[in-house]
Amino acid sequence: MSDVISTDVVIIGAGPCGLFTIFELGLLDLRCHVIDILDRPGGQCAELYPEKPIYDIPALPLVTGADLTSRLMEQAAPFKPQFHFNQMVTTLEKRGDSDFVLTTDGELTFHCKVVVIAAGGGSFMPKKPPIPGIDAYEGKSVFYSVKKMEAFRGKDVLIVGGGDSALDWTNNLQPIVNSMTLLHRRDEFRAAPDSVNKMRELVAAGKMKLLIGQVTGLAGADGVLSSATIKGADGTSQDVACNAMLPFFGLTMKLGPVSDWGLNLTENLIAVDTEKFETNVPGIFAVGDINTYPGKLKLILSGFHEAALMAQQAFRYINPGERLMFQYTTSSTNLQKKLGVV
Amino acid sequence: MAKITFIQHNGTEITADGIAGMTVMETAVKNQVPGIDADCGGACACATCHVYVEPEWQDKVGKRNPMEEDMLDFAFDVRDNSRLSCQIKVSDALNGLRVKVPEKQF
Repeated sequence: MSDVISTDVVIIGAGPCGLFTIFELGLLDLRCHVIDILDRPGGQCAELYPEKPIYDIPALPLVTGADLTSRLMEQAAPFKPQFHFNQMVTTLEKRGDSDFVLTTDGELTFHCKVVVIAAGGGSFMPKKPPIPGIDAYEGKSVFYSVKKMEAFRGKDVLIVGGGDSALDWTNNLQPIVNSMTLLHRRDEFRAAPDSVNKMRELVAAGKMKLLIGQVTGLAGADGVLSSATIKGADGTSQDVACNAMLPFFGLTMKLGPVSDWGLNLTENLIAVDTEKFETNVPGIFAVGDINTYPGKLKLILSGFHEAALMAQQAFRYINPGERLMFQYTTSSTNLQKKLGVV
Repeated sequence: MAKITFIQHNGTEITADGIAGMTVMETAVKNQVPGIDADCGGACACATCHVYVEPEWQDKVGKRNPMEEDMLDFAFDVRDNSRLSCQIKVSDALNGLRVKVPEKQF
């Protein structure tokens, strides 16, 4: 177990609302650690639609998910947020009167005074294709990510999918595996053209196989795969020998451990008030897509508003009795100093 | 208004009133039809609102758009009649539409 990290606020989720929360809390001198299950900031904007234009961010007539993320990171930077990526918060408990303890699946422990849940649609998890019996092979022969390339050395590998993950791992693992087969439902790929060309060159050189079709069944024993049944576009089936399979069907969002934290939920969303965006547990707030209240709109701009109001109450919670002066960034030297612009 | 019937994997049918201009996905979510996850909320960015359009309705519903075709790579057991329900707009012409919901959007 590593050392305990102590901070004012832990923000769960580094999507747009989590990132803007850093800014709003920073203006009130509250320091944040931010935890996210993805390997980079941006949440859905980074994972689901980095290249898609967003048209409804005030004052930005058009911005992509990736650009919005980098601008929010720039805006939050003066407040020196500490990010912890590839981590899922597994437990959240109240300790004593004023402290929360959080632990992650990466064995980090946080102590903080306020928790902000900005977890959007929940935790991103790899999509698991509902092939009958696949559970028995997971972790032994079926993997949803590559943690160590060496684990695939000398294997007969079947990669399923047509995006960047599928193509990158096909190309990267091909030199060390015994045999490589890429399976995709059509002969068109969304992955970067360079990776697709490289894969096609490997196929042309006889170094790997490309099959068009979908997996319908798996065979093996004791969690070890021996072959996959593949149905081709023409309806015919064939068995492909493999002892490792990597399905890359993207990520989906699951609420995950949030439901175990004693928070009032309404249809899998966290119920909050509309003054402070606080949950039923004082000191735990929820902003953005994960919260609900009468009239809630799941828009990024709603999350920004929620973050600003929530920050006020977070300040009062952490500094009871202290007067909070409302200030504008345009005129307050104090705020401008915090932003590092004067 | 158009009646839309969602046929669950186990055969149960749920018929909901679709409002012209809304999508079939929104109609499902509004009426709490199980099996339509719609993670991304209708941005054609997640493929968790996958449905199979009953063959007799395929012509009226029309073909997939190119973005949807790409997104279907993230769906499982894609068939000729696979569509993402966020890309099907409800109209009077679709009154009586029947779609099957896959076992899992996974």
